[in-house]
Amino acid sequence: MKELKVDPIKNGTVIDHIPAGRVQRVLAILKPRATDVVMMGMNFSSKAMKKKDIIKIEGRELTQNEVNSIALVAPAAKVSIIRDFKVAQKSRVEIPKRIEGLVSCPNPKCITNAEPMTTIFNLEDSSSRDLACQYCERVFTADEMTHI
Amino acid sequence: MKHLISMRDLSADKTLQLLKLAESLEKDPSQIDLSRRVMAAMFYEASTRTRMSFESAMKRLGGEVIGMVGTSGTSVEKGETLADTAKIMARYSDIIVMRHPMEGAARYVSEQVDVPVVNAGDGANQHPTQSLLDLYTILKSQGTLKGLKLALVGDLKYGRTVHSLAYALAPFNPTFYFVSPKSLRMPAHILSDLTQKGVSYKEKTTVENIIPEIDIMYVTRIQRERFPDREEYEKVKNAYIITANLLRKAKDNMKVLHPLPRVNEITTDVDSTKYAYYFDQAENGVYMRQAILATLLGEAK
Ligand SMILES: [Zn+2]
Repeated sequence: MKELKVDPIKNGTVIDHIPAGRVQRVLAILKPRATDVVMMGMNFSSKAMKKKDIIKIEGRELTQNEVNSIALVAPAAKVSIIRDFKVAQKSRVEIPKRIEGLVSCPNPKCITNAEPMTTIFNLEDSSSRDLACQYCERVFTADEMTHI
Repeated sequence: MKHLISMRDLSADKTLQLLKLAESLEKDPSQIDLSRRVMAAMFYEASTRTRMSFESAMKRLGGEVIGMVGTSGTSVEKGETLADTAKIMARYSDIIVMRHPMEGAARYVSEQVDVPVVNAGDGANQHPTQSLLDLYTILKSQGTLKGLKLALVGDLKYGRTVHSLAYALAPFNPTFYFVSPKSLRMPAHILSDLTQKGVSYKEKTTVENIIPEIDIMYVTRIQRERFPDREEYEKVKNAYIITANLLRKAKDNMKVLHPLPRVNEITTDVDSTKYAYYFDQAENGVYMRQAILATLLGEAK
């Protein structure tokens, strides 16, 4: 097995297969606590993606909700929960049907960008990754949702 | 139906109910009594025609109207949030009719207040009462909504009205001619939606040859500022001006519609032909808005 260039963790969460360059955006969504020990790996070689980023969070197990929230920026991410240096649980991310307060609407004429309110996006259908703003009704691809 | 925010929320059944009620109210407005009911008009931008149409609808059913137009001199100017303004208006009234330049404003307000909210236009997004009055106008002038041939003429790229109309008619097996300059064509995502719904359409750059075939000609204004260069505008502008002479080969039942105000896209000599129907369309707006107000206020039987 190829040794990763990031220290193994005893307990916590490993997020693998983040598209290269998006590690900061994933962290912006996950909002680590001040006490979390976070390791970031960038531009690792990957067979499937050529280059990928990796995040390891020591001492914190992400919930499936937290995991799913990163699906917008890292749709192919694989998440492993580590207990005592062993993978206790593996899961893939899935775009939630409804995303609240996570990203801002790319439409500058949208009311969500003018009033102190929470954005809500609804997944158009489970086969696509298109999201419709509940307010301005515009539909965006996940890749367009860049503003956290 | 608690609010009227977007045509997307409206089922075909509900649409037909509103059309029926508008027809019945046109014949007999006395069946609904909205006395002691107050409509609050929250107009964050001027749209005199739409506001007066709502006021006329409310008042002709015995109701009262309060409201604001623009934000100068109001608490909005002092920095009040939209939610706060709406909550106060909801305490003063039984129904809110609002127009706002930002898209989604009416949906947001409807989530903040307990009274029904009618969207009277939210930027480029929705203007459902216009869509419904257009449907009513087409139904009334043709006796049916089914299987009609319609030409939508003018600015099809930015025109919210024509986009919404195309969707609203889609369930009724229409044939569309989309007539516009190349630079103002119907957006590709709308064309593909229509194809998916099995709607047949043809795109045209001139209107002349299709006039003998169509039942409805829906004309919208082409704004000069939509053109990247002046020259192109000058080249195409006259191709989309409807004159009485142009209509001489039209079918007897053909009607010309326009959301108004017109500038020069329909010449005044059309007004006295049997094809002119845009003033009736404006009047129909009052009956449709009466049907909407009565339904949302729980007074429709
Ligand atoms: Zn939006």
